[in-house]
Amino acid sequence: MSGYRLKDSGIYIDTAQELRFEFDGKKYVGYQGDTLASALLANGVTLFARSFKYHRPRGVYTAGPEEPNALVSLRTGDRHEPNCHATTVELYDGLVARSQNAWPSLNTDFMAVNQFFAPLLIAGFYYKTFMGTGQKFWHFCEHFIRRAAGMGQGGLSADPDKYEKTNHFTDVFIIGGGPAGLLAADTLAKIGAKITLVEESNNWGGSLSEEEGLINGEPALYWANNVVKILTKNEKVTVLPRTTVYGYFDDNTLGAIERVSDHKQMPKNNEPRQRHHKIFAKRVIIATGSVERPIVFEGNDIPGVMLANSALRYAKRYGVAVGNKVVVFTNNDDGYHSAIELKKMGVNIIAMVDPRSTLDPELKTQIEEQNIEHHPGCMVTSAKGGKSLNHVNIAHFSRDSGSSGSLQRINADVLLIAGGYTPTINLCSQIGTKADFVEEIQSFVPGESTQPFVACGAAKGQLDLESTLCGAVEAAVQTAKYLNLDIDTHPSIKVEKANRKAIPFPLTDIPSTNSSAKKFIDLQHDVTVNDLKIAHREGFSSVEHLKRYTTMGMAADQGKTSNMNALALIAKERGISIPEAGTTSFRVPSKPVALGALAGRDVGNHYHALRRTPVHEWHIKNGAEMVDTGGWHRPRVYKKAGESLFEAYSREAKAVRNNVGIVDVTSLGKIDVQGPDAAEFLDRVYANSFQKLPVGKAKYGIMLRDDGYIFDDGTVWRLGETQFLMTTTTVNAARVLSELERLLSLYWPELKVHVSSQSDQWAGMAVAGPKSRSVLESIITDMSFSEEDCPVMSVRKGRIGKWPVMVARLSFSGERAYEILTPRNYGLDVWEAIMDAGKPFGITPYGTESMGALRIEKGHIGGPEMDGRTTLGDVGMERLSSKKGSYIGSVLKNRHGLKSDDRKTMVGLISDGIKPLRPGSVVLKNNEIVGHVTSATFSPILDKNIALALVRKGKKHIGENLQVVFPLKDEAYNVRVVDPCFYDAEGKQLYA
Amino acid sequence: MKIKCPICGKREASEYTYIGDATVKRPDVNNTDEQSWFEYVFQRRNPRGDHEEHWQHTAACRSILKVKRNTVTHKISSVDLEGPWQGQGEENN
Repeated sequence: MSGYRLKDSGIYIDTAQELRFEFDGKKYVGYQGDTLASALLANGVTLFARSFKYHRPRGVYTAGPEEPNALVSLRTGDRHEPNCHATTVELYDGLVARSQNAWPSLNTDFMAVNQFFAPLLIAGFYYKTFMGTGQKFWHFCEHFIRRAAGMGQGGLSADPDKYEKTNHFTDVFIIGGGPAGLLAADTLAKIGAKITLVEESNNWGGSLSEEEGLINGEPALYWANNVVKILTKNEKVTVLPRTTVYGYFDDNTLGAIERVSDHKQMPKNNEPRQRHHKIFAKRVIIATGSVERPIVFEGNDIPGVMLANSALRYAKRYGVAVGNKVVVFTNNDDGYHSAIELKKMGVNIIAMVDPRSTLDPELKTQIEEQNIEHHPGCMVTSAKGGKSLNHVNIAHFSRDSGSSGSLQRINADVLLIAGGYTPTINLCSQIGTKADFVEEIQSFVPGESTQPFVACGAAKGQLDLESTLCGAVEAAVQTAKYLNLDIDTHPSIKVEKANRKAIPFPLTDIPSTNSSAKKFIDLQHDVTVNDLKIAHREGFSSVEHLKRYTTMGMAADQGKTSNMNALALIAKERGISIPEAGTTSFRVPSKPVALGALAGRDVGNHYHALRRTPVHEWHIKNGAEMVDTGGWHRPRVYKKAGESLFEAYSREAKAVRNNVGIVDVTSLGKIDVQGPDAAEFLDRVYANSFQKLPVGKAKYGIMLRDDGYIFDDGTVWRLGETQFLMTTTTVNAARVLSELERLLSLYWPELKVHVSSQSDQWAGMAVAGPKSRSVLESIITDMSFSEEDCPVMSVRKGRIGKWPVMVARLSFSGERAYEILTPRNYGLDVWEAIMDAGKPFGITPYGTESMGALRIEKGHIGGPEMDGRTTLGDVGMERLSSKKGSYIGSVLKNRHGLKSDDRKTMVGLISDGIKPLRPGSVVLKNNEIVGHVTSATFSPILDKNIALALVRKGKKHIGENLQVVFPLKDEAYNVRVVDPCFYDAEGKQLYA
Repeated sequence: MKIKCPICGKREASEYTYIGDATVKRPDVNNTDEQSWFEYVFQRRNPRGDHEEHWQHTAACRSILKVKRNTVTHKISSVDLEGPWQGQGEENN
């Protein structure tokens, strides 16, 4: 095939504006309004891509989004995008495209040897070859197979473009800017409905570009353009071109992608590349049209074989002739329309092949007038050629494989196929709408609606202009009634001289004399008629099984051109009717969606809201390296000049042990629990009891889940008889609150308790170390720090200047320590005041890294030890649990398996290695796995690498030497098992 | 999808969090029978059709709601408050 530009300019292009572009390194010129496919065709390009599995040469097959073959990679560098349909890519000046799935080039693709192995690469090849051979053989082959089979390659660099999201709340959402969608929109707009109308392409009118008929006495496309003008001016109507609806969801919610600047080299002036539209519609009108259906015969994938209506589109819209010698193979009258119109425009149509033996006399006269050779009662048995079509063979029509009649050879560079039309019902199918088979058009249309939508036009099987427009009016009337709007039920719309309706002669698979010939059903996934027959023979006959076994219709195009033929073929094989064979359901997305469009602006720092403590700026100013924990930004470590992470946190931890340190603990979850039954409530929630906790005291609390495993821990401060402040871990703050609310509202409504989150109301800091008392005494007034007045676990109120503070003598590090809460707005002032007061004592700010080191040295459990699989017994805290009371998890924690003495329990490990151990490492005894490392650190006080680990029958191993290995990094260390408390087991330091 | 909160009105489903099956009965706090707790924690029916679920309006009023939802069509037919406030909900239209 060698296309060229026709004398008559296409209606979509502007020949005054030339555009330069590049395909596979070669430079070409096209016009404003062209698609990449139309411009390449006009430049005589025939070869567009290599096929998925066999690497067969492929040309362009359609003129729209249903394209199975002509997938290309667009742009370069960061903006590289694979698998774009050349048929929908709008040409722009400077466009760069490459072919894909070919090596070293499209013209000479070594992978094409796959064709010769084709008898092996049949349906079920992977199952048959790799099941039973074992994993190793598959792993050996996988790399080569994945390289050979596939589409384009994605890029590795970050997407430089911006994406946006927007919502629409609309009465009527109309999908499709063809005749049906436009008339429905026009009718409803006139009666004041709020409408959103979307069209996938940048041109309105859809199939009207090929329509010869008149609407209200005007050329059809002229009518369409007028309607669009009126709609655009109506402020209750939102009109969105270049917008593809990819998903139809529950409750009449839809997702659509608007390609805002994909038709430009790059987005200009901060505009987004794409915009995601979420549509909430009272009612949806689906006017998605139809796609032409191929006929399946030997060699039906050779470049030059394409759909007839698409060739007509190239001529009408872009002024492009697809070839020099064109044969048309049709099973319906619409094929004649395409042929005659093309011939009138100057395309050399040499012959028509039609399996039907009789033809409407009017059409017969027309093709005679046009001098087109006619072969009634005939069929194309094969198309021959390599990288382009050379000739087609025709014979008398017969349904037997021993094909009868004499063969005739017609030399041609293009073969157009017209096999009828398949309504596009993907969106209806996504919401579970069943499909009804219509015998006349040999295809499925949407059945009874499962949500408030109505389909009309070609999508409903209304394949001629008059019934399309009637359908659109009917859909509009139905919708108006649904919305309680008054409507004229018979708007005047007159159609004259419309194109004929395509009523196909049932024909899907042309028998071939050559049994090894390839007849492609699914061009994008390289599925052949033989594959389907094999699947059927092997028992995979139900359409759902067939689809999965052969991968038919599972490519990115979801089988838009192939499904109907596959269904017809499998029905024939099974000897049943097509509706009996049934259809598969379509899934979201109906067209690939860029992940960027789904993410919108929620990327990078905006991925989720990041919470900062009031001391944030101070941390940054003082050299803190920040880390994200549970949605908070916290200092990990404060580095001094030249310090490594390791040196910095060792210094910080030593300062706490020997002197005094301060850490920002604002991120801890804080929940206010108030009410006459607050103590009873806490008794039920925590495994330990709070009834007897006196006012002014705090207590450690540990919470289980209903199934008996540990959920979370924290402290509870009794601020009054009926008021408690509960702290949770940073990560579980939201989950704990939700759980408390659930219990109070659903199960214990008799308890007079109210809970509310105070996490954001308080700033918190812990001052720890032997000199902590001295520092605080020097600055906090209105309270006494003496051992009698402020013993361990007491909660007191004081002031720093004008700022009120609440002080609790709690320790996470094992040193004398005080936790200080102050209203959030005073957080920075209080922090700075304490830093000033601590200067003479050498106070050191410390981060999460040294906080972790200090707690591991003390053997306190943290997040890694509360991973949802540990019990109180596992972490050595059984003794804390209240013996009498009933609390969450008190029954199921005594289940047989949770009481077994074979469980993994927490121990400490001391390594002889120089490098720190890694959490997740495996603990081995005599080469058998006995446990895993949960938390690990370098201990500055012991000058050793230590870890907490969960080891089977842990206590029994104390004193033993075991191995810790981390196979991913090839690391192995000898460790000694010790009690999990590495430091100050008697707790003397609390009083230091 | 929209859910009609009896307190806040009709809001997008993304404001709500699914909490769990509303048809299971939690044993009384003093119940020490392991079997009852086992059934409450682990046993769930998987019905086809209407089902009662608990949802929380986490991004707004935080109330716990009893939601009647069809597991086949996903249609939510009614939303009610729980606890002492039960019976103030409406159909989810």
